[in-house]
Amino acid sequence: MSIKTHQYEVVIVGAGGAGLMAALYASKKASTAVISKLYPSRSHTGAAQGGISAALGNIEEDRPEWHTYDTVKGSDYLGDQDAIEFMCFKAPELVYELEHMGLPFDRTPEGRIMQRPFGGHTNNETGKPVRRACHAADRTGHMILQTLYQQCIKNNVTFFDEFQVLDLIMVNGKAAGVVAIEIATGDIHVFHAKAVILATGGWGRVWEITSNAYAYTGDAPAMILRKGLPVEDMEFFQFHPTGIYKLGILITEGVRGEGGVLINDKGERFMERYAPHVKDLASRDVVSRAMYIEMKEGRGINGQRYLYLDVRPETVNKYAKIDGRTNPDGTPYQVTAEDILRKLPDIIDFCKTYLGVDPVKEPMPVQPTAHYAMGGIPTNIKTEVLADEKNTVVPGLYAAGENACVSVHGANRLGTNSLLDLVVFGKEAGIHAAEYAAGAQFEPLPDDAADYARSQLDAILNSKGNERVADIAKEMKHEMMDKVGVFRTEEGMQEALDKIRELKERFKHIHIDDHGKVFNTDLLTAWELSNLLDVAEITTASALARKESRGAHSRDDYPKRDDQNWLKHTLAWRRENGEIELRYKPVVITKYQPKERVY
Amino acid sequence: MLEKVTLKILRYNPEKDAQPHYERYTVEAEPTDRILDVLEKIKAYQDGTLTFRRSCAHGVCGSCAMRINGRNRLACKTLLKTLDTSKEITVEPILGLPRVKDLIVDMTTFFDNYKKVMPYFINDEPLPEDGRERLQSPEERARFDDTTKCILCGACTTACPTFWADNSYVGPSAIVNAHRFIFDSRDRAAAERLKILAGDSGVFRCRTAFNCTEACPREIKITKAIAEVKRAIITGRLD
Ligand SMILES: Cc1cc2nc3c(=O)[nH]c(=O)nc-3n(C[C@H](O)[C@H](O)[C@H](O)COP(=O)(O)OP(=O)(O)OC[C@H]3O[C@@H](n4cnc5c(N)ncnc54)[C@H](O)[C@@H]3O)c2cc1C
Ligand code: SF4
Ligand code: FES
Repeated sequence: MSIKTHQYEVVIVGAGGAGLMAALYASKKASTAVISKLYPSRSHTGAAQGGISAALGNIEEDRPEWHTYDTVKGSDYLGDQDAIEFMCFKAPELVYELEHMGLPFDRTPEGRIMQRPFGGHTNNETGKPVRRACHAADRTGHMILQTLYQQCIKNNVTFFDEFQVLDLIMVNGKAAGVVAIEIATGDIHVFHAKAVILATGGWGRVWEITSNAYAYTGDAPAMILRKGLPVEDMEFFQFHPTGIYKLGILITEGVRGEGGVLINDKGERFMERYAPHVKDLASRDVVSRAMYIEMKEGRGINGQRYLYLDVRPETVNKYAKIDGRTNPDGTPYQVTAEDILRKLPDIIDFCKTYLGVDPVKEPMPVQPTAHYAMGGIPTNIKTEVLADEKNTVVPGLYAAGENACVSVHGANRLGTNSLLDLVVFGKEAGIHAAEYAAGAQFEPLPDDAADYARSQLDAILNSKGNERVADIAKEMKHEMMDKVGVFRTEEGMQEALDKIRELKERFKHIHIDDHGKVFNTDLLTAWELSNLLDVAEITTASALARKESRGAHSRDDYPKRDDQNWLKHTLAWRRENGEIELRYKPVVITKYQPKERVY
Repeated sequence: MLEKVTLKILRYNPEKDAQPHYERYTVEAEPTDRILDVLEKIKAYQDGTLTFRRSCAHGVCGSCAMRINGRNRLACKTLLKTLDTSKEITVEPILGLPRVKDLIVDMTTFFDNYKKVMPYFINDEPLPEDGRERLQSPEERARFDDTTKCILCGACTTACPTFWADNSYVGPSAIVNAHRFIFDSRDRAAAERLKILAGDSGVFRCRTAFNCTEACPREIKITKAIAEVKRAIITGRLD
């Protein structure tokens, strides 16, 4: 079996917003390669809709301090405040940088970048929603991904498209490269590097109903765990309130930003009861929980497990009037069907295509959908990966984007803060990895660098059991949705953990149909499922241990936040015997002492 | 309401087959299922060797362009209820690019053509002194809105008879992406792009077959965009 070897100073795994931003910066100073299992333009950053946050104040007063506080509060005080402050103060500069790269933001009448309100983002003096989300219609992520990819082409960045990274090479405790399979040929490639940046996105495919792409399988965190390194705060996974019923496809919070409201079977705008100040624009964890309670108490539409999201102009105008919502010039906020069409063209297209519903004329049936990983690979502000609770740096290893946990999102992410996170920390990763590479040597590659990856694939190829990959996946997704979802209990999570372990055993007895080399997606889907199982297990174990409710982690049996005992980050390792070890590290608190969170 | 549907899929495994051939699969599916869901079901429960690309599953990543009943469409945006399920549904790879395996084609030429038109923002003038955004009016922004929607799925280019005949023609997708910059008031390289597109492999190869516009899952008015580029070349004006 021939193995091809490449050498680059910096190797970036992932070509989404974080990976491409890192590539633009790393490639200025170091020889750089980007490896991606998808063509870069297929990355899930392209699915992001609503916007990217920055306190530009283009439409009304706003300040980075307010953005910082809102993010801290949104995180239910679990976010590290130094990192949050860093991100929010960098935000305007980064959004302008994207604009200078040509990103076609929507415009205000003055020709500036257009901004809309989003959940949890407020004017800290009035407590009212503030227009902070910079957007390009409802395809902001698409425009970010396209723009960054275009700039990479302009700057001749080297890409290995449709190469799937299977393993991280560590030598003498330092990152020394990665092992990847060239999907089109089945060949194994070793990428020898001085620095590696992990930017593989999220893992929503652990759950049954999700807004996430098929490719969201948690490859990097699973790889990290296999190397004996920890992952952080995995119990915090965000359920977005408005996924299309049954399909999970996301309906952006921008719909509520533009004035849409959630309605129950009795026709009530129920968020009034749960978040009297900002109502439908409360934080996502708050809204998703409210929806679950409404459905549990029988007020789902026709008693079913969905509610309505209503953005018909008459509804928007009715509630805008009740709320006293105004335009920047003080006139009452009123919309027409054309406004809705112009501002949310893709959402309207999704609803028409998948539901046969025209949102301008009918309300949309929605339910919470697994959306975003707040936890992930622990890093510091420089995006260096951390090995333990003492924040020991792993030399040469970096992580950015959704697969990383800096932690700026803590227990609950505010909408539009992820796209910001990608560009801010993607850039940091590119800069610091190149800087590190300039002062580092290539570590000698072990002869058997590719053996472990090879053996993993062979185990799947040679496995002769009668378990189907799809069955195991289905059972995992169902169990996780049911028991490690919006509401959790000790009993349920223990059952889920047992189930996941049973599924991991059964995984050893799978069989796949395709034993070829060319585009063997049967093999790679199975390999991805093993990652999902690892991630599901560690998520559940972390959640089970946390005996409190905070942000997205909400327990019936411990309904209150417990700062006395649990104002700390979880670090989780999987030891060689398969046991999971949990340790904790303090949250960085600078300016904002924890207080009760009301919206 | 489950119903039985039959897909007739053009299969090709380069490691085994000399020629592509059709195979039929019957599955139970809902009218609201996407062709992608049906393909996933077949792969999961009937034949794991069936191979296709997909990622987002809702028409935004551009992975899953294929020929469904002879038309280029996204598998994840084509619901069974929009097809006649009393008959077999034919699923084939898009045309005009080398076959790799089953529904997967080699997209290299497609992306190379894209790269030929300088599909990136160019403006080397000094940035605004306050470091903020370059100004652009909502009208100027609207001028190229339609062509910013492209997801590089290739459905248009691989529906184009001119492209089938000659891969060096950059194709509708590349022109759409050039249009996105040519008509952006902030960009400064329109002249260069127009020069490229005025050349042998450029817009004048277009015979206005309209296949592209019909194929585009993002409903981009491609033929109109091509016409605007042609006009800009002829008149030398960008209005
Ligand atoms: C529907 C939707 C809407 C959203 N809307 C918003 C929004 O409006 N605002 C906001 O701030 N956030 C939003 N988010 C969240 C945000 O879009 C994501 O968190 C973010 O785009 C993730 O970017 P990334 O760069 O980390 O990963 P991605 O863009 O997903 O990129 C991951 C990359 O890693 C590669 N990869 C993965 N595994 C491997 C492997 N094993 N080997 C090689 N390559 C690999 C993939 O090919 C891909 O290139 C949304 C998310 C979703 C799902
Ligand atoms: S123009 Fe339309 S059909 Fe062509 S590549 Fe772009 S999105 Fe696909
Ligand atoms: S899977 Fe993304 S467009 Fe079809």
